[in-house]
Amino acid sequence: MAGNRSHLARLLSQIERNPEVETEVRLALAGTPATSVVIGLTGPPGAGKSTLISALLNHAVASFNKTAVLAVDPSSPFSRGALLGDRVRMQSHGLGDRVFIRSMASRGETGGLARTTATAIQVLDACDWPLIVLETLGIGQVELDVMDLASMVAVVLNPGWGDTFQANKAGLTEAGDVFVINKADKDGVQQTRADLQDSLSLLKTPLPINVFETVAVKQLGVEALWSGIEAYLKEAQQLGLLEQKRLSRRRRLLIRILQRDFDVRMHAYLTSEHGDNQILGALAGSLSIEALRADLFEYIANVD
Amino acid sequence: MENSKNRILMAKTGLDGHWRGPTIVARALRDAGFEVIMIGMANTDDIVTAAVDEDVDLVGLNIGGHIDVAIRAIKRVQEVRPGLPIFAGGTIPPHAAKQLQALGVEVYPPGSQLADIVDAAERLTGTK
Repeated sequence: MAGNRSHLARLLSQIERNPEVETEVRLALAGTPATSVVIGLTGPPGAGKSTLISALLNHAVASFNKTAVLAVDPSSPFSRGALLGDRVRMQSHGLGDRVFIRSMASRGETGGLARTTATAIQVLDACDWPLIVLETLGIGQVELDVMDLASMVAVVLNPGWGDTFQANKAGLTEAGDVFVINKADKDGVQQTRADLQDSLSLLKTPLPINVFETVAVKQLGVEALWSGIEAYLKEAQQLGLLEQKRLSRRRRLLIRILQRDFDVRMHAYLTSEHGDNQILGALAGSLSIEALRADLFEYIANVD
Repeated sequence: MENSKNRILMAKTGLDGHWRGPTIVARALRDAGFEVIMIGMANTDDIVTAAVDEDVDLVGLNIGGHIDVAIRAIKRVQEVRPGLPIFAGGTIPPHAAKQLQALGVEVYPPGSQLADIVDAAERLTGTK
């Protein structure tokens, strides 16, 4: 699958645009072992994820020789359009062909990723991009699909995070294998670190979760962060965690595929004349809920 | 617009740091369903790399400063991605507009209606 760059770029577009192409590609790659390391980077808007990735690129390429970055941004629920502005902060890397940056819009998916992100990663892996950095927006429990695809997740926050995101803290603190307090030159770093460490102390994890401080725009703390990331990856590899994660990743994706199939069929039932009549019957009391459920399940089992 | 060609690259050439115009255009395009990859002030290499790696369906250039810079970028993009439509806005004096048009670039000088720019994007990408 080692084609050239423009073939790769065009293939990624085809996958996004055409579900049949996506399926073909997934089938073609089904037997190929996944060898790339995927580092997920998530956090609230404005945390400085893109700037941090930019600062990390030199280190990443020094270790992995080549690095691909997939930056996913949300699509507008109204227009389905999107502003994809992450690339601008990463493109002056001077690393030439050793970096490949691709922007993706979420296109209606709510987990922080696009439906085709998993396939895009498979393709990048097969095209010999040994490190893939996956950047997504993450605020709390809803946007954490990045955990499904990444070997490790870095959560990027700013000082004062604890104050504003109370309700969603739980989801985000469970998502990270490493935490980064970026813009650490602002006030509130120690309080944020304390808040974080409080939440993290409640978790049982196979490896300790470290908190780093960076000022990405000034390249401060970035080298220490990269060392921390590499140390985590090495230990995780030794403990067999990366393999375990790959398996649980594939399991979660499989379940999501099944869930999606189910949802599609249920939607078909609900929008069919038959299904509509059944529901009206249940609402009128002439059909019991048990009978409605049985009818629904039979439909789902037998519909094409 | 999910299955169609809706990825647009927007870049600014030249030295003028003013970015209000392009942001408004980017938003209008987003509101019309496009996915707009904004790379800001960019040199030729960055524009070409983005046009290829992002496999965009249209390039929009906001031109400030000297037209030659934009023309260099346009020619390089046309070399690596022949047939990729390009349109341009910004501070474009008439003689510069003619040079751009000679290269097949559609020109939208200051005062152009947003609706016309959006229509052009739809026409150029074949999404309407």
